[in-house]
Amino acid sequence: MAGPGVRIEEIEGEQLLGALAALLAAKGIVTPAEITAQIAATDTASPAQGARMVAKAWTDPAYRVLMLADGTRAAESLGIPMRGAPPLGVLEDTAGLHHLVVCTLCSCYPRAVLGYPPFWYKSAAYRARAVRDPRGVLAEWGTVLAPEVRLRIVDSTADYRWMVLPLRPPGTAGWSEERLASLVRETDMIGVTLPEVPGG
Amino acid sequence: MAGVAVMSVPGGRVAAGSRVRVRDNWPETRGKVHIRTPHYLRGQVGTVVRHLGDFPNPEELAFARPAQILPLYHVVFEQPVIWREGRAGDQLLVEVFGSWLDPA
Amino acid sequence: MLSGMDLETPRAHHDLGGAAKYLCQPIDRAGHALTDFDKEVDALRQVLGAKGIMTVDELRRGIEAIPEAEYHKLSYYQRWIRSITAILLEKGVVTEGELAAALTAPFPALR
Repeated sequence: MAGPGVRIEEIEGEQLLGALAALLAAKGIVTPAEITAQIAATDTASPAQGARMVAKAWTDPAYRVLMLADGTRAAESLGIPMRGAPPLGVLEDTAGLHHLVVCTLCSCYPRAVLGYPPFWYKSAAYRARAVRDPRGVLAEWGTVLAPEVRLRIVDSTADYRWMVLPLRPPGTAGWSEERLASLVRETDMIGVTLPEVPGG
Repeated sequence: MAGVAVMSVPGGRVAAGSRVRVRDNWPETRGKVHIRTPHYLRGQVGTVVRHLGDFPNPEELAFARPAQILPLYHVVFEQPVIWREGRAGDQLLVEVFGSWLDPA
Repeated sequence: MLSGMDLETPRAHHDLGGAAKYLCQPIDRAGHALTDFDKEVDALRQVLGAKGIMTVDELRRGIEAIPEAEYHKLSYYQRWIRSITAILLEKGVVTEGELAAALTAPFPALR
């Protein structure tokens, strides 16, 4: 895209970043301190945030209603920072319906509540297969749905970000919210796995 | 880009349950564009689940041009119809801008 | 398995849903920790976005403009830094001359 002066396709990413960051700093556009602060802010988001929401929805019917109606407000009500984040939508799994989230066009992901997207989520194989061979994709995680369960694949193409509210696994009656949250994994909230009780 | 959003409800929104067809349009064959409607949906018929809100057109934002505010819908499609394989009852749920939808 | 026709659509190369060439490819489910480079590129894009200098839509458009062979060869964040650079040059936020000079300067310390 650049003219004869700089052929950016011939420059290593590391070198490009170093030069661009130095240049932006020298011009007062982006300082190294801002980059450092942004990394720190981004690192605070992790699947533990989404897991807290899921566990609360499993134990608090009013919160479940809020979470399904407005994921952003539900996240904020637990102190999860959502300012500047795209609206969060929550997909409710039921006994007869399972959700699987993918972004076939790029890698849209509910980062505010799950953190950075995992490597596999961004891979060409996942992006290509999830919409067309979803049960084959689930099988790679060892996930097999009951025969009567329908599958809804959610292609995240635009302004929302989507997370799955999975079914509460059996064998967890009476568990505290905290203990329930410890069960919920990143993969459960994208829909490639189902929450399970270890050894259960 | 060509076209007017489907308007079957006062206020310009498509009601939940409406049948819609995604435009069989291929702007990527005609020049530099940025499109958020996946190729596999073009020409396909689906059902509006709900209006998700109104958002600036990413096809314009991608080129830093003034962007029209467009309605965004969650539309559900029967998965085996699209791929001619798969399990009956499985579905695809996708965000599609109103500018890509016509009444079906 | 997967006996269905390949849809003969003129899809763009990043528009991967159902793409036949990946249907038999297993998914690499291993964890890949992000490097400092990855996180710095990610943060740079977020800061540029927050300051209104470039949008995520422009980032995507710049990524999609990378030719197919390179798109699949480059790492995720290598695509990003390529796109960010191209967009900032295109918008005149930085000039080619400035970038060329920065590239030949003694390696500037970011950290």
